[in-house]
Amino acid sequence: MKLPLTLSVNGVSYPLEVAPSTTLLEAVRGDVGLTGAKEGCDDSECGACMMLLDGKPVNSCSYLALQADGREVTTVEGLSDGASLSPLQRAFLAHGGVQCGFCTPGMLISATALLEANPRPMEDEVRIALSGNLCRCTGYDGIVKAVLEVSAGG
Amino acid sequence: MRSAFISAATLDEALSAIAEGARPVAGGTDLVVGARQGKSPLPASLVAIHRLDELHHLGAGDGLLRLGALATHAEIAADPVVLERPTALADASSIVGSHATRAQGTIGGNLMNASPAMETGGPLMVFGATVTLRSEAGERQVPVAELMTGPGTTAAEAGELLTAVELPLPVEGTGSAYVRLEYRRQMEIAVVGATAALSFSAGAVDWAAVAITALAPTIRLVPAAADGLLGSDGGAAAVAAAAQAAAQASEPISDVRASADYRRAMAEVVTRRALTAAVSRARGEAVPVPASSAVFGGTT
Repeated sequence: MKLPLTLSVNGVSYPLEVAPSTTLLEAVRGDVGLTGAKEGCDDSECGACMMLLDGKPVNSCSYLALQADGREVTTVEGLSDGASLSPLQRAFLAHGGVQCGFCTPGMLISATALLEANPRPMEDEVRIALSGNLCRCTGYDGIVKAVLEVSAGG
Repeated sequence: MRSAFISAATLDEALSAIAEGARPVAGGTDLVVGARQGKSPLPASLVAIHRLDELHHLGAGDGLLRLGALATHAEIAADPVVLERPTALADASSIVGSHATRAQGTIGGNLMNASPAMETGGPLMVFGATVTLRSEAGERQVPVAELMTGPGTTAAEAGELLTAVELPLPVEGTGSAYVRLEYRRQMEIAVVGATAALSFSAGAVDWAAVAITALAPTIRLVPAAADGLLGSDGGAAAVAAAAQAAAQASEPISDVRASADYRRAMAEVVTRRALTAAVSRARGEAVPVPASSAVFGGTT
């Protein structure tokens, strides 16, 4: 059985029909077709699936798509302005905060949420906030430096 | 036939669905994760309650702190009254899951999931919090200390929804802290946890409460630990004796995260640290929230 759902992703409305058990991650990747957010653990441990829901972070593998009906979803694809990357994305590139890239969409969303809540975090606060996002390459150093650079207005 | 999923627009609609067997879902941070892990399949009938504004509130008045079931961990951790008075609750709420969990996860879901390792239960118990359970037939109040009856089980009956949590604000000068042993800074739940709360009068402890977490089938108060502190100066010897009493009251299990022996050994350490932080706060000394980070040290 499928139910109707209007999912607004990065400002675009998508009329969908999903099963009640469909997660937000499955709907965005499989039905909308935006594959930036990743399925890592499917267990709310790794943060690779992180999106913003009405501006607040959510592990989308653990959130029912139907509960996002009529709300605003932001994925990594929504952080850039067309071809123009966000300051955070540019900082990730500049600091090599990307290795295999699998955690990067979740890291970017998580760091975006952190900077929204706390525009000038200390390094320890960055490390704690991002410790809900696992980097399997252990490439945390460049990621932390990138977030700190943006937080300092660099 | 009832749909397998409805998004309730009113509390009555939610209660009606729950009366017919639907399970409530708010943040989904336990229910959906559990289903994805294969621990327990997603219930056949769900009622989403996240749009019920009447359950989404947080405020203090008349000496009480009132939390709607949909108050999120992030909202609780940032509330100035929570930070100032029942500080242990701020300690706990600020370390639930990650910032994604805290943005979506609710106090109502956290309690009704009834994990013996969850963070907010100990602080709510030491402050004598009660919950409101509501059904189509009416509502009743149940102390948090009696709500959780075992791992994943509660005293709530079929058809009942937790709608609110209420706790008496501790008197000014009360110091409290929740501390957990953790392997990871986020997306963690207590390996062992302890809550301590106390106040002083003329240099002697005149009220105390201690609760232990992830050390028994439910989070539990330890009256023996609290009673031993009364009349003491809250110094190292009194704290050590109370920590030993907390360890003696523990009945830990061995699981993938820790052996029973290790948990028993850490019960004393973690309780001592919670008590030490609570004493410091009662004396007006600054202990940052969350106390766990403060007493175990930062990452850098």
